[in-house]
Amino acid sequence: MKHRILLLLICLLVLPLQGNAAEDGYGYPIPGAYEATILGTPAKLMPELPVKPSTRQLVLDIFPDRKKPSIFYYDNGLRCTFAYQKQKAPLIFLIAGTGASDQSSKLMIMMKAFYNAGFHVITLPSPTNSNFIVSGSKSRIPGDMIDDAADLYRAMESAMQKVAGDIEVSSYYLCGYSLGGTQAAFVAKMDEERRSFKFRKVLMINPTVSIYNSAARIEELMKQIPGGGKKQGIFFNKMLSKFSEFYRYGNFVAINDDFLYSIYTEKLFTKEETAGLIGLTYRINLAGMIFSSDVMTNSGYVVPKNRVLKITDSLFDYFQVSTHLSFFDYFNEFLYPYFLTLQPGLTKQAFIDSLSLKSIEAYLKSSDKFGVMTNENDFIITKAELDYLRQLFGERVKVYPRGGHLGNLEYKENMAYMVAFFTGGMP
Amino acid sequence: MKSAARYRSWRILLLLMLLPLLAGCATTSARTQAEIPAMHSISEFRDQHFAEVNDPLQGFNRSVYRFNFYFDKYLFLPVVNSYEFVTPVFIQERVSNFYNNIGEVRNLTNSLFQLKGLESVTTLGRFVTNSTVGLGGLFDPATSFGMERHEQDFGRTLGYWGTASGPYVVLPIFGPSSLRDTGGLAIDTGINYGIYTAIDPFASTGNSLAITAGIKTVEAVDERHQQSFRYHESGYPFEYYMVRFFYHQKREIEINKPLPAE
Repeated sequence: MKHRILLLLICLLVLPLQGNAAEDGYGYPIPGAYEATILGTPAKLMPELPVKPSTRQLVLDIFPDRKKPSIFYYDNGLRCTFAYQKQKAPLIFLIAGTGASDQSSKLMIMMKAFYNAGFHVITLPSPTNSNFIVSGSKSRIPGDMIDDAADLYRAMESAMQKVAGDIEVSSYYLCGYSLGGTQAAFVAKMDEERRSFKFRKVLMINPTVSIYNSAARIEELMKQIPGGGKKQGIFFNKMLSKFSEFYRYGNFVAINDDFLYSIYTEKLFTKEETAGLIGLTYRINLAGMIFSSDVMTNSGYVVPKNRVLKITDSLFDYFQVSTHLSFFDYFNEFLYPYFLTLQPGLTKQAFIDSLSLKSIEAYLKSSDKFGVMTNENDFIITKAELDYLRQLFGERVKVYPRGGHLGNLEYKENMAYMVAFFTGGMP
Repeated sequence: MKSAARYRSWRILLLLMLLPLLAGCATTSARTQAEIPAMHSISEFRDQHFAEVNDPLQGFNRSVYRFNFYFDKYLFLPVVNSYEFVTPVFIQERVSNFYNNIGEVRNLTNSLFQLKGLESVTTLGRFVTNSTVGLGGLFDPATSFGMERHEQDFGRTLGYWGTASGPYVVLPIFGPSSLRDTGGLAIDTGINYGIYTAIDPFASTGNSLAITAGIKTVEAVDERHQQSFRYHESGYPFEYYMVRFFYHQKREIEINKPLPAE
């Protein structure tokens, strides 16, 4: 659904916050990293994007011979959203962050911004999204940077084939956020050899430096709840009753912006609880990836091996089990063993190292097409990693003083920077 | 008067015709290999379940969920998309306002049923304002005058007076509901029908049936147009459970039963 996030998160995108510009001249209003991540950008601080894009959804049949289990009956191909200009124009590919689909709200507003700046746009789901696992991934096991980049590249080529007759493209660009930002770097490197697109510029928004480290930092958030991740059900239910009590004793009309705004101003949730909610949202996302990958490969990880699921079967237990698994469980018990069978002798450390921008730093350093946009208080990277990015890309790293992880992506100044990075009118 | 009834029975007939399709969902792929237990199973976790909702009809509900996905895909959404394509946005907004204003009647009756004085006055005020100053409901000046819309329906009224939601139900075409809310929907439809037949606004035209059918069809299209939810758009394999949870919880929270005496 456009949204499958916690009750709290689902409607928080449009808050009537006042823009209290701080002394640093940056107008994004929410100081806390966790709050910013959850609340995002208040609607009136988003840019005005007057032109409604002409779009259509591309459904790509990348593996025509693939048999899909019947519980994925709704999945008839890899879905990408395509926005097209009538005249010859540059084209930009946008890669979603962990778990997100081609129509995630962040991709949709980015699409609109680039469309208004005169680009053709094609959005791609994250390789960790179920649709990608079922219909776009060769191995059906996401998590390896090279494999995922190859899958993304194949999807981009396939999408271009589909639209080639309809549009004229002057040049190609690439952009991604969060995990998608990191993947963009690997895709760009692949493009240097394959040369299908010859990307002119690549922007990474709130990327991770090391996938493993960032996942570990998000897992850390879960430790802030009593009993840690293994007791997330108790935590979830407790937060839910807090949420409903708050509604009950206030004089609210509906679960709407005003209500959600009061949650923020009245500080209903403590810092630890807010962190726990972010961690839990991440786990819920991850669960979809784990389950889909397990079913598609018949690995017997959370679903018994050889079990044929019918569409009337309850998946609730699998849902509960998958959400209780951490990134480390997935990594140690599923992902790494799979790569070990392909490359006997691969050490865990070597594999972890391959999931980092550092593994391609020579290339990144040698190219001037890259840019980074991130925040001082993005908790998925450390101070050292931020310094590493600065050292790698120098002036082409733009660091905003706040915004948490992606909280300020939709803020007008950030969106203006994002577009200007590609159009050359750098502020 | 008769015409509206005929339209309703047509709708029910359509539903009955569609129901057998829902049942034909058993897949018969032969299981060739023995099952081997999974590495992780529910028994290893000592934690509360979360996002759980009473759902004894889950097998049936999941079939209906699938039916709604196909119904949307092959019939409903193509119609809605064509409507959005041919109709200017300004007209679309007027149409939505018009039907939302008629919906105030349902809001009003139910806030009265719940003896919510202030809310009833506000809703009545909205209805009168928008029907007059708002040119028959085409515009919504009431909101800018500070009169907030209070969504109400008979399911909420039942909940307000203590009826539990009962099992979760996915209705064909209408989507997520509960036993209580399904009953509520029937009552609201009945009240609506009663009022409509009492007024019978198109009796003098001689084409009452066609006009009523037209109004109802546009209403259904507008309702789907206002609802941004798309089945399986997330691609998330547990979407059914997230939708079930959000629907149930939002209803329960917003019913806002009277506070216990302290």
